[in-house]
Amino acid sequence: MLNYIWAGMLLVGFVVGIINGRLEEVTQAAFTSAGKAVELCIGLLGIMCLWSGLMKVMEKSGLIRFIARFASPVMGLLFPKLAGNKKAQGAIVMNLAANFMGLGNAATPLGIRAMEELQKANAGSDTASDSMCMFLVLNTSAIQLIPATVIAIRMDAGSAAPSEIMACVWFASACATLAGIAAVRLLSRSGGKRNLLHGGSLL
Amino acid sequence: MNFSIFARISLYALPVLFLLVLGAGLSRRVKVYDAFVEGAAEGLKATVRILPPLVGLLTAVGVFRASGALDFIIYLLTPLASLLGIPAEAMPLALLRPVSGSASLALVSDIVNLYGPDSYVGRVVSTMMGSTETIFYTLAVYYGAAGIKNIRYTLAAALFADGVSVIASAWICAFVFGR
Repeated sequence: MLNYIWAGMLLVGFVVGIINGRLEEVTQAAFTSAGKAVELCIGLLGIMCLWSGLMKVMEKSGLIRFIARFASPVMGLLFPKLAGNKKAQGAIVMNLAANFMGLGNAATPLGIRAMEELQKANAGSDTASDSMCMFLVLNTSAIQLIPATVIAIRMDAGSAAPSEIMACVWFASACATLAGIAAVRLLSRSGGKRNLLHGGSLL
Repeated sequence: MNFSIFARISLYALPVLFLLVLGAGLSRRVKVYDAFVEGAAEGLKATVRILPPLVGLLTAVGVFRASGALDFIIYLLTPLASLLGIPAEAMPLALLRPVSGSASLALVSDIVNLYGPDSYVGRVVSTMMGSTETIFYTLAVYYGAAGIKNIRYTLAAALFADGVSVIASAWICAFVFGR
């Protein structure tokens, strides 16, 4: 998909540039943007190392497990069909906790393990269960404690207060999570067997 | 309207996090410095890994903007954006975000540098970027791993949550920082 978006942006950009008579600007932009990408990475480098370092300390300190323990009472409410399935619940909570901490590298394997557990409960069917839908919607809408990359970009751009948007990020994420839960609840009830938005062809 | 409580929470979050993490690490006898260095090396690798895609994508965004095509798309999306209460300049990001993380990153960097990180648009795109996910990628990885072919309503629900997040980002930034 990105292949088409990328090529499309460049092709449309150059064609529109020719039509608008902005060839010089377009050519200039191509070179300066490439240079800017390198500058951006150099600007990001320090803070990305700092965060990844702190995240590693978090991971080794067992903070994911700690957060997971707090979250587990909610699991029964969100996943009624997983009552008693401690393995699946545990993997889900760990994945969501790792996402919350911004531990992308640790979160993905945990999430895959959670999906495998859910697939066992799903009797190996190739149709997603309601629990899977709920898990992935939570996963894509969940709150991230520290949006490190965004803060780094803002810092690089010379923001007076790079992290001032953090509470806004939490608020927007919380709205998304609640909306996602509501949507899953509603759709799972109203004959969710239908294939909305051609979802089946995604993979 | 400047609700300083939001700014204050943001201000305290980072130092408190450091204290908590280091405190937890030390109390559990984790070799905190060794762990930090190990993580920092991963951060270095991750940043180097995003450099080539960023060169490609920032170039595409730059060409697209310089040609006037981006302004045209923003112009086309303005009615929809104003209906939702979102700044039109943030609409391209809203459309690109579920599809590609690295392209969104390039777009955020472009917008933040053009309008300023502390402008209304700059804050909205920052909030949007932080509160949304690359939905298509996540679904592909996890459903792919479980061998699921029919994902039923997952995409619809995830995109709905994403849309709520986009609108909430614009509203909360206007509420906290003003337009």
